[in-house]
Amino acid sequence: MKPAPFDYLRADDISAALSALHDAGEDARVLAGGQSLGAMLNMRLAKPSLLIDIMHIEALGAIREEKAALVIPACVTQEALLRRSDLHPLLAKALPWTGHVQTRARGTVCGSIAHADPSAELPLCLALLGGEVSIRSRRKRRTVQAADFFRGMMLTDLRPGEMIEAVRIPLARKNQRFAFTEIGRRHGDFAIVAVAAMREGDTLRLTVGGVNDTPAIREWATLDTADIPDALNDLAWSLDARDDLHATARYRRDLMRNLGRIVIEEVSS
Amino acid sequence: MLDACDHRSEDTLRVEDPPLLTGAGAFIDDLGTPPGTLHAAILRAPHAHALIEGIDVGEALTLPGVSAVLTGDDVRRLSRPLMVGVKAPIEAWPLAVGKVRYAGEPVAVVVAESRYVAEDALDLIHVSYRRLPPVMDPERALADDAPALHERLDSNLASERHFRYGDPEAAFARAAHEVAITVRYPRNAVTPIETYGVVAQYDPHEDAYDVLANFQGPFSIHAVLSRALDVPGNRLRLRTPPDSGGSFGIKQGVFPYIVLMALAARVAGAPVKWIEDRLEHLTASVSATNRVATLRAAVEADGRVTALDLDQIEDVGACLRAPEPATLYRMHGNYTGAYAIPNLAIRNRLVMTNKTPTGLNRGFGGPQMYFALERLMRRIALELGLDPLDVIRRNLIPADAFPYTTASGAQYDSGDYQTAVATALEDGGYAALLERREAARAEGRLYGIGLAAVVEPSVSNMGYLSTALTPEERAKAGPKNGAQAAATIDLDPTGAVSVQLDSVPQGQGHRTVAARLVADILGIDPNTVRVIAEFDTAKDAWSIAAGNYSSRFAAASVGAVKIAAERLRDRLARIAATQLNAPAEAVVFEDGRIFAEGNPDNAVPFARVASASHWAPGTLPDGMAEAIRETAFWTPPELAAPTPEDGINSSLCHAFIFDFCGIEIDRTTGQVHVDRYVTMHDCGRVLHAGMVEGQIRGAYANAIGATFYEEYAYGDDGAFLAGTFADYPVPTAMEVSDPLILHIETPSPVTPTGAKGVGEGNCMSTPVCLANGVADALGSEADLVLPLSPARLMPLIGGEEPQPPAGAAPRPEPASGGRTLTGSGSAQVAASPQDVWEMLLDPQTLKSIIPGCHAVEEVAPHIFRADVTLGVGPVKGRYIARVALRDLDPPNSVLLEGEVNGALGTGGGTGHVTLTPAEGGTTLAYRYEAEVGGKVASVGGRLLDGAAKIVIGQFFEALGRQAGGAKPGLLARLFGGRS
Amino acid sequence: MTTLAATETHTVRVRLNGRAVEGRATPRMLLTDFLRHELHATGTHVGCEHGVCGACTIRIDGALARSCLAYAVQVDGATIETVESLAPERGRLSVLQTAFQRHHALQCGFCTAGILMSLDTLLGAEPDAGEDRIREVLAGHLCRCTGYQPIIRAALDAAARLREGDADA
Ligand SMILES: Cc1cc2nc3c(=O)[nH]c(=O)nc-3n(C[C@@H](O)[C@H](O)[C@H](O)COP(=O)(O)OP(=O)(O)OC[C@H]3O[C@@H](n4cnc5c(N)ncnc54)[C@H](O)[C@@H]3O)c2cc1C
Ligand code: FES
Ligand code: FES
Repeated sequence: MKPAPFDYLRADDISAALSALHDAGEDARVLAGGQSLGAMLNMRLAKPSLLIDIMHIEALGAIREEKAALVIPACVTQEALLRRSDLHPLLAKALPWTGHVQTRARGTVCGSIAHADPSAELPLCLALLGGEVSIRSRRKRRTVQAADFFRGMMLTDLRPGEMIEAVRIPLARKNQRFAFTEIGRRHGDFAIVAVAAMREGDTLRLTVGGVNDTPAIREWATLDTADIPDALNDLAWSLDARDDLHATARYRRDLMRNLGRIVIEEVSS
Repeated sequence: MLDACDHRSEDTLRVEDPPLLTGAGAFIDDLGTPPGTLHAAILRAPHAHALIEGIDVGEALTLPGVSAVLTGDDVRRLSRPLMVGVKAPIEAWPLAVGKVRYAGEPVAVVVAESRYVAEDALDLIHVSYRRLPPVMDPERALADDAPALHERLDSNLASERHFRYGDPEAAFARAAHEVAITVRYPRNAVTPIETYGVVAQYDPHEDAYDVLANFQGPFSIHAVLSRALDVPGNRLRLRTPPDSGGSFGIKQGVFPYIVLMALAARVAGAPVKWIEDRLEHLTASVSATNRVATLRAAVEADGRVTALDLDQIEDVGACLRAPEPATLYRMHGNYTGAYAIPNLAIRNRLVMTNKTPTGLNRGFGGPQMYFALERLMRRIALELGLDPLDVIRRNLIPADAFPYTTASGAQYDSGDYQTAVATALEDGGYAALLERREAARAEGRLYGIGLAAVVEPSVSNMGYLSTALTPEERAKAGPKNGAQAAATIDLDPTGAVSVQLDSVPQGQGHRTVAARLVADILGIDPNTVRVIAEFDTAKDAWSIAAGNYSSRFAAASVGAVKIAAERLRDRLARIAATQLNAPAEAVVFEDGRIFAEGNPDNAVPFARVASASHWAPGTLPDGMAEAIRETAFWTPPELAAPTPEDGINSSLCHAFIFDFCGIEIDRTTGQVHVDRYVTMHDCGRVLHAGMVEGQIRGAYANAIGATFYEEYAYGDDGAFLAGTFADYPVPTAMEVSDPLILHIETPSPVTPTGAKGVGEGNCMSTPVCLANGVADALGSEADLVLPLSPARLMPLIGGEEPQPPAGAAPRPEPASGGRTLTGSGSAQVAASPQDVWEMLLDPQTLKSIIPGCHAVEEVAPHIFRADVTLGVGPVKGRYIARVALRDLDPPNSVLLEGEVNGALGTGGGTGHVTLTPAEGGTTLAYRYEAEVGGKVASVGGRLLDGAAKIVIGQFFEALGRQAGGAKPGLLARLFGGRS
Repeated sequence: MTTLAATETHTVRVRLNGRAVEGRATPRMLLTDFLRHELHATGTHVGCEHGVCGACTIRIDGALARSCLAYAVQVDGATIETVESLAPERGRLSVLQTAFQRHHALQCGFCTAGILMSLDTLLGAEPDAGEDRIREVLAGHLCRCTGYQPIIRAALDAAARLREGDADA
């Protein structure tokens, strides 16, 4: 299990990374924490001709607050964000589910977003919170809403030559309440189903991961307690639950109904 | 043979530990290799069943750094097939010859300057396969119309035997009740964390092979190896490294690779090293057999079982590979378990399917057997309205019946099952557990109690395998029996003591136990004794039973050590006696000194006496052999060959285990929480408390994996689905609970130390104990199939699923198992059906609309060959696709049949396309079904669905665009060679 | 800043267990292979090469890392600590290592190097880590031999001794 040959560039600043990305086009890959890309390279599922290591770009290393949002640049590891659990209540709840201490120590927040695994926790949070992805290419910057960024299983709105510079997550407001839970086969595994909920006043927002190819979002302007079971059953049947090695479509729907209830109760109590 | 000397060493620290803790272990991949060593990588079959029509290695050979490529032709030319354990025309080779019979079967070996380059070359080997329908299910494999795996055998039945002990028919005729159960036991394996490794050399001058491998025995396999390599045994030197990263039976399965790498070294003219990777290991090393067993019991009104009838279908995979059918016959003497059941009928069928050949796996045969038997005991209780505990107790072999001979011939050496059960219930808090269940149930929780009683055999009789042959075949082949254990002790010229073991330890602390024992016998400090555990068939004393399996160490290997040490001590006593002027019988060995009983002040140092045979042989008492090296062989006389009536004492000692558990199932998630687990062991004399506990805990954790998580899963198309540790979920510290371990001791009268094996029992008892607990919690006797994943349990808890909301479009339920990728869609195209039709038949148009297409040619009318790059996100590969258009109904509908092949795997499928005129053009509708195999199916299961959907969607989107219709594909630019 | 070519070997310099060392690597060489076969530090083991088993866990610049998911060229200039760094001196064991031996927290020892690195890092950063936290950190590792409980006991024992300042166990 050894990777195919690739060239390697350690970028010291973002412009170097972007010009290399521009020049190499589709055959180049950004290497962040390597916690997903490494396995794909080793199994030769991915065979890029050039890896651009962005982890030495100092300017992308620190979390900051900007205009009521948390800005998390590309080199911030999941562990670094988890250590600042004061920053956002939902992230504090969801991040411990992302892999293990050992993978969070290197895996980045933006890498998880870029990787766009349908079961991953961070894309789910970003979608729930209405976050944005700041994208850069050699010549251009653009910002994409989370809901538009995820295009499919491991597919995003990123185009050749572009990388994620940072993700922006609106800071939690006082009247918002959050909950997160998931079920995987083992601790630290990708979720079979993950659900995150946010309540703000009467408005309830729910995102589901692990079922569709991208995080699924539902919002209810009001939802009476009595209507919750039906609402969750509707949701469960409306998504694209499928069978795989680890779970059945039926089980995924069961989890959407049951975990959905748990997180809704948590944000409503 | 039990003596007063107590060899227990409760708190001994292991001598093995300091190097392992500091990174100084010596595992196979840590050792230096001979100069000029090359590295091997293996090309493996993407199909479960296919003819190899050609292998083109030309391009691979031209890659700089590549020395040789080995294919089936070389293997056939240079070696002979691996011996098969039954009389059937089955050819087993270490590498596919002409045909592949399981996904992951080796097809070619590349030898190159590094593993990296060797893997590069794998991508350059082109194999053309003709696919054959695979047979995956063992029952289906027996059907008349099932495709046969082996040409010279017209069915997939490798062997069938019927056995009858006592008078089962009469017992069934008389019985008040008959209770039956059918159990399907899946494939799993206690995958060690270290994978296989081999370093092989060939000496053309002596036509001799020298191989280092982390093989674990049994060394009966050495005979299989030398025969396959076509050399006498003395021309195959097989060595093992000092440390091995766990085996659990699995490392026995490295042996075909020993042949393969030995041949590779011969062809390459250089030493060759191969370290298996995890994907290879999960896909193609050995696993437990999967088994379909139907058990029927003749039962009296009080729950007493008078007869058992077993019908077992054992799936050994693609060929019967040595030492199989060990898994089926290892337990042959034990099929009545811990119970006094005098009548027994067995029908055993060995079946071949398109899966990886099976082999030893911790508990081998036991987990399969006890899962059926102990589920049956519970079912008996339920059907008769009895307490499951009473049914177990009523059937246990009485304490005064030992030594007890089972119906099928095992001699249970010792035991007191009643005391063991009573002590477990008392000390394990069974009464409190019953209350706990009541309380939980009163709150509406799903709480259950499970039980299991198990006899754990150890020290296999090398003759049990021949039970698979008929008495006539056995008579012709000559008797096979026994279990020779060997040990050698050396006294060097400084009087220091070394011990050589035949047990090939895999982390069980054999060196510590042996040092302790020898030190006790010779009255010296255990820290001064050195025990060498690496093994060398050219220099060590050994026999076919050598190795690390069937828990033979404590009972057999230690026995041989004890005998050798005692013989040396007796000789040293005679030497010392002359110096001490005392009779040899009165000589005492203590604290590194030797003295006459009652006169410790007049002592000679141990080292002086121990070195005397080197320095002053002339001073030895007359007629006495020197005391320099002592090799002891020990084989228990109890292990006789099968009788003409097929009775077999399949193992030497028989430990007893009684387990009970309290489990709770979470109604919202279907997850099982093990609330309490009590495991009572009677493994005879406990030689090292800490290590016995370690064995029990290890087996318990393995059993948690087998019960709830692990399965070597296959798709119906033969694709292997569990190629990573993400897909084969070995439990972590978060999933494994802490069992309460209890002991009683009834020492074995047949082993030199009174010890019995202990390492495998919980792999036999725990899965079924937990499954019984789950059944109790569910209040249902539904057939439970391992692993008991929440997805399997949830429907058993919740009953019917809530209906989809009224008015919702019915969703097509995907095929169960999730292997077949299906989808459908439609596109509006601004062109007439006729125009669209013509585009579909035109190679140039196809080239521009197939995602990632580099070239298309029409190789025959309506048959196209395309060179495409396909991928999702970062996962990308280049493939050759063949597409045939069938059932053409111009310009209305067509069926597309396609197949893609590439380094990442293969796929095949059909698509049905219909064109209907619509406003301003055509509605193009499609439906597809596809199956994917090879590497990408094993490691990227989750990816496939999305990939298929996207790629196919793109194709039709591009078709629409080409016809001047729909807006350009959003995703197309992320794909393939074109953007 | 130059691109390192796939086909060539490049010098990689690291501080390994307190010593400056260097070796050669092509860009695709796994850090595991570099440590084990170039620098001959074979204490770090390889069990899966896809990040799940944890056998290869080391510290890079003080943070835990799966060395199978890193390439040698990435660590040029970095400080690396492996299991070989844990003992206070040759022939002695650290408090944690001693606790492992005392509690039979290893059998085959193949998974042990990675587990020691994770627990050593944990106890360094969180001296008061309790059973739940230890279990959680340990969950990043697979062990087939021990059933984990002895490892948890060893870690708790070592934590207690370290808190008491018992450097010699
Ligand atoms: C054992 C194990 C368990 C795990 N469990 C979970 C889990 O439960 N939940 C979960 O969500 N994840 C899990 N992961 C994956 C997670 O750890 C990864 O960290 C994450 O998915 C990717 O982040 P990374 O920084 O490692 O990115 P990399 O692996 O370096 O990159 C991943 C992909 O994103 C691209 N990329 C990375 N950064 C950028 C950027 N700034 N701009 C553009 N493209 C970029 C890369 O080119 C690559 O295609 C697990 C991993 C392991 C090994
Ligand atoms: S070898 Fe790195 S995690 Fe398994
Ligand atoms: S001690 Fe063997 S795998 Fe952990």
